[in-house]
Amino acid sequence: MEKKDYIKSGEFLVRDSEANEIFVPEDFDEEQQMIAQTCKDFLEAEVYPHLDQLDTGDRELMKEILKKSGDLGLMGISVPEEYGGFGQSFVTQMLAAETIGAGFSFSVAFMAHCGIGTLPIVYYGNEEQRQKYVPLLSTGELLGAYCLTEPGAGSDANSGKSTATLSEDGKHYILNGQKMWITNAGFCDTQVVFAKIDNDRILSAFIVDSDMPGVVIGPDEHKMGIKGSSTAQIYYNDVKVPVENMLGDRGEGFRIALSILHMGRMKLGANVIGAAKMAITDSVKYANERKQFCVLISTFGAIQHKLAEMVIRTFAHESAIYRVSKDIDDLMERLKQRDACDAGRAAIEGISHYAVEDAILKVYGSEVLDFVVDEAVQIHGGMGYSAEMNVERGYRDSRINRIFEGTNEINRLLITDTALKRAKKGDFPLFEMAEDLYAKPDQLTNKAHEGEGYFEEKHRYVKNLKKSAMLVIHGASKALGRKLSKEQEILNNIADIISEIYIAESLALRVEKTDASRGENASLYRDILDVFIYDAAAKVQKMAMDAIYSFVDGAEADKVAGAIKTLSDTKGVNVKEARRRIAEKLIDDNTYAF
Amino acid sequence: MNILVCISHVPDTTTKIKFTDNNTRLDVSGIQWVINPWDELSLTRALELKDDASCGINTVSVAHVGPVSAEPTIRKALAIGADNAYRVDTEPLDAYQVAAQLAQIVKAGAFDIILCGIESSDYNGSNVGGMLAEFLDLPSVSGISKLEIKEGKVHITREIDGGKEMLISPTPFVGIVQKGIAKEPRIAAMRGIMMARKKPIQLVDAVQTEPLSETLEFEPPKPRPACKFVDPDQPGKLIELLQNEAKVI
Repeated sequence: MEKKDYIKSGEFLVRDSEANEIFVPEDFDEEQQMIAQTCKDFLEAEVYPHLDQLDTGDRELMKEILKKSGDLGLMGISVPEEYGGFGQSFVTQMLAAETIGAGFSFSVAFMAHCGIGTLPIVYYGNEEQRQKYVPLLSTGELLGAYCLTEPGAGSDANSGKSTATLSEDGKHYILNGQKMWITNAGFCDTQVVFAKIDNDRILSAFIVDSDMPGVVIGPDEHKMGIKGSSTAQIYYNDVKVPVENMLGDRGEGFRIALSILHMGRMKLGANVIGAAKMAITDSVKYANERKQFCVLISTFGAIQHKLAEMVIRTFAHESAIYRVSKDIDDLMERLKQRDACDAGRAAIEGISHYAVEDAILKVYGSEVLDFVVDEAVQIHGGMGYSAEMNVERGYRDSRINRIFEGTNEINRLLITDTALKRAKKGDFPLFEMAEDLYAKPDQLTNKAHEGEGYFEEKHRYVKNLKKSAMLVIHGASKALGRKLSKEQEILNNIADIISEIYIAESLALRVEKTDASRGENASLYRDILDVFIYDAAAKVQKMAMDAIYSFVDGAEADKVAGAIKTLSDTKGVNVKEARRRIAEKLIDDNTYAF
Repeated sequence: MNILVCISHVPDTTTKIKFTDNNTRLDVSGIQWVINPWDELSLTRALELKDDASCGINTVSVAHVGPVSAEPTIRKALAIGADNAYRVDTEPLDAYQVAAQLAQIVKAGAFDIILCGIESSDYNGSNVGGMLAEFLDLPSVSGISKLEIKEGKVHITREIDGGKEMLISPTPFVGIVQKGIAKEPRIAAMRGIMMARKKPIQLVDAVQTEPLSETLEFEPPKPRPACKFVDPDQPGKLIELLQNEAKVI
């Protein structure tokens, strides 16, 4: 008999998980920790001493550092062993991504190569293509780029104008077009390029070697941040691409592009944790050295509030990242066994399945990092505005995360759209449960069960937030029908509610799972959970109310709004003291060690 | 030739050190452990010598005296490139006990060069290398900043006051190593990490020894006192504080 069915993407809205079912960062084994340490050691030895030089746009230096990371095997972490990699689990890939995420521009160049530059061939290449390219990409002998965006085709990726026309002898596709914002353009050897064959409606994908005649790489863009990563336009002028270099089938390019974006979003969600932890460490070190009014600024409540909030959001986001990573590993394993998928296909199918979660983690993570780096600059005061400090670089480098891998605006729409579509498809009974709740909003209660324990109470709160989400989803669907897809403000409200729920639930499960092993520190992690849930409930209430009054009014609106208020009611928390205790640990450790 | 590198398992230098049991024991909770930096440099140099075929090094082994909790540190040494490892399963209380346990590993093996860091970054005792040589009745050289093998002979450079001393040591010998012996510690490569799980860590029973010293107490540095402001209209107050409190004038 089969074990409990795996949790589907978005299903968390209607299904509660148990703490022992989820993976938490405290579960990393010794080997995973050693891999993370290697990534950290590499940044310290090879990247940090060169940050200023890299930021001058020194393409050769970046290339050299990338190659060194290849020599260490870091580029092969996500690549199956049969193609020269180390075939690590998705959890390990994400841990490596987190650690490298503290590498500023290097992180962007490295992740672009290892992710979108290499994995499309691992996932969609035929055996010849994989054997030809992947072993060299996994060691850094070849460096890769991914060419999707065009001047007129950004978020609307399928509207690209690049064309591929079969040559008369049938041996080549003649590629013409222009791509922009191409990471690693300045030194890449291989490119995954998307173009439409003849008058196709949908993109196809090709592997293009940078030295093919007709490939022209422009100068690097002058950017706000990540200045060390090469970003340029690439022009294709009658480039003869051998027909055997088509990746996947004709017209499969758009699917490949979207799948790869799912992977990129997940990894971005991990990258930001590394960058956030670094900014927090920089901030607390500074606050522990900087004196004003004769005392360290880390003793001030206003600074402690900032430090604690930086920790809380980073810790919460991290909880969700590794939870979904293990879900992906489990699904990949299942696909390999049940459907006999090869490792590459199983990987991309597994990642793409969790489309709701990857969009949540991309949006939430990039906004956590932007919050963290902003507060890091603020804690540094005037020094934070000086280019001498890491936090200044971190502040500028962070901003792109809300833009690339699909803007946060597109991703918010995807969170709601994908969750609703999956529910409609029958993956989970969201609409059925929502309809029941909406029918009797005045009967919804929020009472503690008899003998309710600490974690049961927190799970009750999360469950209630899920009910609020269902009320809004059902109400909006009923009132607006198909028009809902045009009401982006409401879709955004729903996306933010769904995100808050996923992160809150992941955090609650992590704190519960690790509670017994924390010893005397356990109460500190409960502080993190207390503050987060208290805030999440207030945010969900606000977003739900905003949404409700946008599509219904009168008695019905008031009735639903009343139910949402009831459901969002949580016990009061002394957030000031809780944040102070969290900050005290950070100040005492003088580094992020949660 | 075979090299044995003795490695100590120490708190990462960024760790905030706390004590327990009335300041008589290190509080190990929450500590991030690493290979003692001097030992790591010894290991790096040993591996460099092995990489150079002309040096004729067959194996590089590592040895540690400590409980099972140190195995991640030992495995890191294996991931960096050591061929095998020994762990004496005991919790030593002083340098004498460490040296006594290490001596039995050397006696049981066939090592030509035994390397120890000049000190460990936790207790900074600088005793183990010398004691180990004494247990083994082997020559020892301390303060080694350069170690080369030419035509089967070990050429050593050691730092002395105001200059350097160059010498050739017979083997086997105990080399006590300081910074400069290798440029940077090696980073464990992915392949090394994967291979480390297959490399053996040989468990060695501890021999019976008694420590020669006992730690009475650790005393952390006193926190710096808060600065005091003196009103510019009261220069006398400043002089009084400098004289009586700071005692600098």
